[in-house]
Amino acid sequence: MIEIRNLVKRFGPFTAVAGVSFKVGRGEVLGFLGPNGAGKSTTMKMITGFLTPTEGTAIVCGHDVTKEPLAVKEKIGYLPEGAPAYPDMTPEGFLNFICDVRGITGPNRRARIDEIAAKVHIEGVMRQSIETLSKGFKRRVGLAQAILHDPDVLIMDEPTDGLDPNQKHEVRALIQGMSSKKGIILSTHILEEVDAVCTRAIIINRGSIIADGTPEQLRARSRYYNAVGVTVRAGAEQKAGIRDELGRLAGVDEVEDAGSNSGGRDGVVSLMVIPKRGKSIVEEVGRHARAKGWSVDELRVDSGRLDEVFRTITSGGGGGGGGR
Amino acid sequence: MSKTWAVFKRELGGYFVTPVAYVFIVIFLFVTGVFTFQLGSFFERGQADLRPFFDFHPWLYLFLIPAISMRLWAEERKQGTIELLMTLPVPMASAVAGKFLAAWAFAGVALALTFPIWITVNVLGSPDNGVIVASYIGSLLMAGGFLAVGSFVSATTKNQVIAFVVSVVICFGFLIAGFSPVMGFFSGWAPQAVLDAISGFSFLTHFDAISRGVIDVRDLIFFGSLIVVFLFANAVVIEQKKA
Repeated sequence: MIEIRNLVKRFGPFTAVAGVSFKVGRGEVLGFLGPNGAGKSTTMKMITGFLTPTEGTAIVCGHDVTKEPLAVKEKIGYLPEGAPAYPDMTPEGFLNFICDVRGITGPNRRARIDEIAAKVHIEGVMRQSIETLSKGFKRRVGLAQAILHDPDVLIMDEPTDGLDPNQKHEVRALIQGMSSKKGIILSTHILEEVDAVCTRAIIINRGSIIADGTPEQLRARSRYYNAVGVTVRAGAEQKAGIRDELGRLAGVDEVEDAGSNSGGRDGVVSLMVIPKRGKSIVEEVGRHARAKGWSVDELRVDSGRLDEVFRTITSGGGGGGGGR
Repeated sequence: MSKTWAVFKRELGGYFVTPVAYVFIVIFLFVTGVFTFQLGSFFERGQADLRPFFDFHPWLYLFLIPAISMRLWAEERKQGTIELLMTLPVPMASAVAGKFLAAWAFAGVALALTFPIWITVNVLGSPDNGVIVASYIGSLLMAGGFLAVGSFVSATTKNQVIAFVVSVVICFGFLIAGFSPVMGFFSGWAPQAVLDAISGFSFLTHFDAISRGVIDVRDLIFFGSLIVVFLFANAVVIEQKKA
């Protein structure tokens, strides 16, 4: 549904996006990750026709954004960063304006606005001016605007930024509910969000894609992928010994002290056993523990840490440039 | 067309949901009153016409019209709603025209609310109503010219104060083009053709022609093309510098 072909955007000498290509199909929720200034927003602004690409193009539902921008804009629902809306208007007036522009007329309009307002839970503030609303409500008004015409393609720039945990959960549930019928791109720097809603994630840094895969595949790049957390009842004096023994196991690369994670309780030793790349070592560790007769409190397989992957692959340079 | 209408409705509504519209209209009516009756000696002249009323319009508009136009685009930029507007399926021409027409309609409402003075002069004497109608049309056209300039300037900045001040300066230039301060500056060195061209841009001259009751096609073309040119420039500026 969305096909990005070698998008490039330069602002004078500064290259914000340096040749980004990917495709998003129906039913996919693509998480767009990257440090601030990596080019996430700029890419989205080019797909939605706000910025003109320096090179390359985006094809949305068969329409080329550089040749038929209006046709693309009809197909897309877009929530810009910060969810801008006219502060003097009420959500009701604002959504009516969007209906006017989107050509939603007649008896459907009232029903559609009510339906969407209920969906994002803004029924109670429909007649209050937008500037008096809390951040959470403003964000949801922006979201309502984006999904009002039931677009095939939904593009959201940090949809949950600034929301409280309950609101984040609601917005994610909403996105998941819509995802089967649409192609969705959302940018975020909240990594848990990728696990919560995305079927695929792209990490972008300094204008280029540096990783592309399912959240599972990305996590597999983490050194903690398949790592085993072990908590054993033992005195602190035995810790070094246990650590050495685990470190000698065949599949083990390294053993880290995980004491701080479990609060450093007395009488237990907490270690994180990191496998050699890709190996599954939980069985080996468990067998060894039984053989040694350790009293194991907890044995837990780590599924990999996105934040660690994110940090490893994006910290190649000293962060990004401007926030465009 | 329906897109232009949608933008127009939203924009015009925007004037009336805040106190802007009411403050503006009250001040406009008050100041026209002061100018007409105090400075213009409406009664003392003993003539049944509205010349003292219309004579002050260019000077009134110089400050009041940029006050209407300054928010048109600068506010969109400031609030970030320009990103919203420009990613909605609205053609650029519709966005520019819708906003301009809304501001013009608003100026028209303010102008129309001066109707009591028309009634007054008709009660007191028997004026040439044809001239008065022509003057109203001229005044509205001139307001459109000022607004187009103001809309263009507003598109170049996100600061409404800058938009206001720059609009006033440019409009002032248009007002006094053809009068001694401007002509004196050019007359020493510029060829006569240039001088004629500059004086041809004077709002005052064109407005004066219409308000004498003669609606000349040339004056209509002047204001019409001025509006089109500035709105076109407005669209180009937005297209080039969206964010």
